[in-house]
Amino acid sequence: MGSGTSTQHHFAFQNAEKAFKAAALIQRWYRRYMARLEMRRHCTWRIFQSIEYAGQQDQVKLHDFFSYLVDHFTPSSNHERDFLDRMFTEDRFPQDSEMEKFGDYESIEVPDNYTGPRLSFPLLPDHATALVEAFRLKQQLHARYVLNLLHETRKHLIQLPNINRVSTCYSEEITVCGDLHGQLDDLIFIFHKNGLPSPERAYVFNGDFVDRGKDSVEILMVLFAFMLVYPKEFHLNRGNHEDHLVNLRYGFTKEVMHKYKTHGKKILKILKDVFCWLPLATLVDEKVLILHGGVSDMTDLDLLAKLDRHKIVSTMRHKTRKENGKQVKKEEANQKSSAGRPTPWFLPQSRSLPASPLRLGSLQAHRAGRSSSIPCGAPRDAKELARQVRRSVDLELDRCRQQAGFPVSWGEEEASPCTPEADSGAQEPLEPTQEEWRQVVDILWSDPMAQEGCKANTVRGGGCYFGPNVTERLLQKYNLQFLIRSHECKPEGYEFCHSRKVLTIFSASNYYEVGSNRGAYVKLGPALTPYIVQYQANKVTHMLTMRQRISRVEESALRALREKLFAHSSDLLGEFKKHDADKTGLITLSDWAEAVESVLHLGLPWRMLRPQLVNSSTDNTLEYKSWLEDLAKEQLNRENIQSSLLETLYRNRSNLETIFRIIDSDHSGFISLDEFRHTWKLFSSHMNINITDDCICDLARSIDFNKDGHIDINEFLEAFRLVEQSCSEGNASDCPQTTNTNDNGCSKPGTH
Amino acid sequence: MADDKEREGPDITVAEFHKKIKDAFEVFDHEANNTVDVREIGTIIRSLGCCPSEGELHDLIAEVEEEEPTGYIRFEKFLPVMTEVLLERRYRPIPEDILLRAFEVLDPSKRGFLLKEELIKYMTEEGEPFSQEEMEEMLSAAIDPESNSVHYKDYIAMMVIDES
Repeated sequence: MGSGTSTQHHFAFQNAEKAFKAAALIQRWYRRYMARLEMRRHCTWRIFQSIEYAGQQDQVKLHDFFSYLVDHFTPSSNHERDFLDRMFTEDRFPQDSEMEKFGDYESIEVPDNYTGPRLSFPLLPDHATALVEAFRLKQQLHARYVLNLLHETRKHLIQLPNINRVSTCYSEEITVCGDLHGQLDDLIFIFHKNGLPSPERAYVFNGDFVDRGKDSVEILMVLFAFMLVYPKEFHLNRGNHEDHLVNLRYGFTKEVMHKYKTHGKKILKILKDVFCWLPLATLVDEKVLILHGGVSDMTDLDLLAKLDRHKIVSTMRHKTRKENGKQVKKEEANQKSSAGRPTPWFLPQSRSLPASPLRLGSLQAHRAGRSSSIPCGAPRDAKELARQVRRSVDLELDRCRQQAGFPVSWGEEEASPCTPEADSGAQEPLEPTQEEWRQVVDILWSDPMAQEGCKANTVRGGGCYFGPNVTERLLQKYNLQFLIRSHECKPEGYEFCHSRKVLTIFSASNYYEVGSNRGAYVKLGPALTPYIVQYQANKVTHMLTMRQRISRVEESALRALREKLFAHSSDLLGEFKKHDADKTGLITLSDWAEAVESVLHLGLPWRMLRPQLVNSSTDNTLEYKSWLEDLAKEQLNRENIQSSLLETLYRNRSNLETIFRIIDSDHSGFISLDEFRHTWKLFSSHMNINITDDCICDLARSIDFNKDGHIDINEFLEAFRLVEQSCSEGNASDCPQTTNTNDNGCSKPGTH
Repeated sequence: MADDKEREGPDITVAEFHKKIKDAFEVFDHEANNTVDVREIGTIIRSLGCCPSEGELHDLIAEVEEEEPTGYIRFEKFLPVMTEVLLERRYRPIPEDILLRAFEVLDPSKRGFLLKEELIKYMTEEGEPFSQEEMEEMLSAAIDPESNSVHYKDYIAMMVIDES
């Protein structure tokens, strides 16, 4: 038995060794699997972010376009003038009597069969609580109460300073929440988990309450209600989305008009005003500064505290137009040459403008002197610079005009004199100064970065990137401890940076997609130590494994990305061909990655994403034409609609929708065929899109199904969406027919 | 996968690898300054097609770290080392059948499954033990709640599909 034991030991030892090795192998394999998941998760995040920011840039470009036209386009005919008047004239702040009219809710009858919540003023805490409960039960507040509430909200906001000061002496703890973006579930969750607002429980909501999510209206109602009920303990900061121009694109305007078909217009009007009365920042115990975006190296809290925040209607455009229409428009068009007026800061970035050395030189030199965000401000030799700019802008203006088919008219612009205002330097009472506007843009749009310094935030198109030194300087200058801001989605719902001097807090969980990120809020006690609470307001995600969660989100991101790729099919084809000099129809996968990045400019790790976007070919090459065709098949059925036109429309879908909503200034949902054509012409000339006029006419006519000369915007966009949906499901019969009876530069739809 | 075989020659391959490595590295270069947190290096290396053990990973990190470790890895140091790894095809991934055999070693009576407790014991006590988080994550996907065991053949098949 002696030798047996040692043999047994030997075997036992061997087996143990085997088990050890087997375990090690399994662990090694598993860790690699998880690492790849992790990589996918990061890539997915990057996709969403880059698409989101690219969308924001588009938004900015679009509004630059309108600003540009407003400032420089002198219509040559009455017809054009009227059209542009209507399109670009923004109502100035309605006088009080007008506002009374818009807030005129008393005449609105609430029907007896209305079962939603009813409000009476002054509001009591119970009302606010009941409101939350009612919304939780998916009820809708009647327009009368909405208007009433907004009216009272406005009255309250007017009395507030730009920078709210709160103290932890009174309510012992303060809870700060970040972006909600219309996600009511998250708000309800926060109140459920953290408790409803009360004199002992103060809240600060740091902007971006609306857009994107589907319950922006309800969120505003709840927040405003609590603010009225607990004015000392409940505080709101303005975010960059509390802005009627931004709302046009990102869904809030649509939501209001959809939920309030009769009174939506009134609601939007008063909201526009309410938004500009929102305070800009909150200061806790004179130590913790809470604002939506960030700061810049030029941030001046004293100036911010003193300016008339109401003047800044929108951070999208520097100024708004007066109500007096044509006459004033001409004057303003010529005020470009006056001192103190801004040089159009978007010029160097705009693709469509000619590279005029004259202009670029002067602007570049100007830019070099400043480190911060938007390169405007009083130029050294204002008049000269302005003249130079105007000259090159006029050149570009002509080009646009010619392309759009409008006659060139130099005479009108040159003739008018500058207004005396230019020399006195005094600003108009109703306009913010350039400096004021920039200060507000900076705090609403900026993002922190890791590097030192301060540079223009080109990703967002407004505000800046600010480094740790900028933060440090600001904190020291004003004797602050740290900054709380929001504005950026974070996977964990929060993130510290700049040596914990800056805290980003983001409260919209599952922002990009179910499972994409947590939401969070932060609590501050008298010691001002931040205490973070995270959550994810969707039960489903808890039950999924990480693998499943990542897959879902990833699929969503990839779908969005494939859409984007499709929308640039023609450009991609051109780029691919450049890599295929021998016309073999093949390119390497490496070329594919290069080409895709050079067209889309999303800064994504294409080689990492490649396996998900391209069916791998064993010999490392890709038949690019069929790849593009596969993309198209996935997106729509090409039989019925002329594909390049559709592709163009597709790419500009959100821009189109935004433009439509701007044109449709009475929010009726209808625009005339002429307006559609005019707008498209101007738009396409500025954006360098080559679609012939006839194609557009045909398209417009075909959209006008009942042939009454009007396009129902919503139907058009819906039809467009239906096309994607039903065609990708193979239901050819549901696709609207675009008849191109004349061959005027449009190729007939191919048969497939 | 590091399968960019030399259709066009070794130089092209190196250039290819460089681009791939750069792409993977940039995903974690949050500050856009060509450094990544050392804790992410493992993820980067593994997503480039390699399957090192923890021990091998530590050795690799030691190669790319600064003399005085800063907690960050610079791209300039990472690139040449990683390129070598890819060129030499080091740390090849584990073929399915080898993986299956590993599971079978742990299941000598050839039941075709491992009980939850057994899996936990092996993964947390043998080899290069899992952390609690790793263990929980594996269990959530692997364990069939009804039988409280992992049918490893199916499990492997499922994970492999996921990869492609």
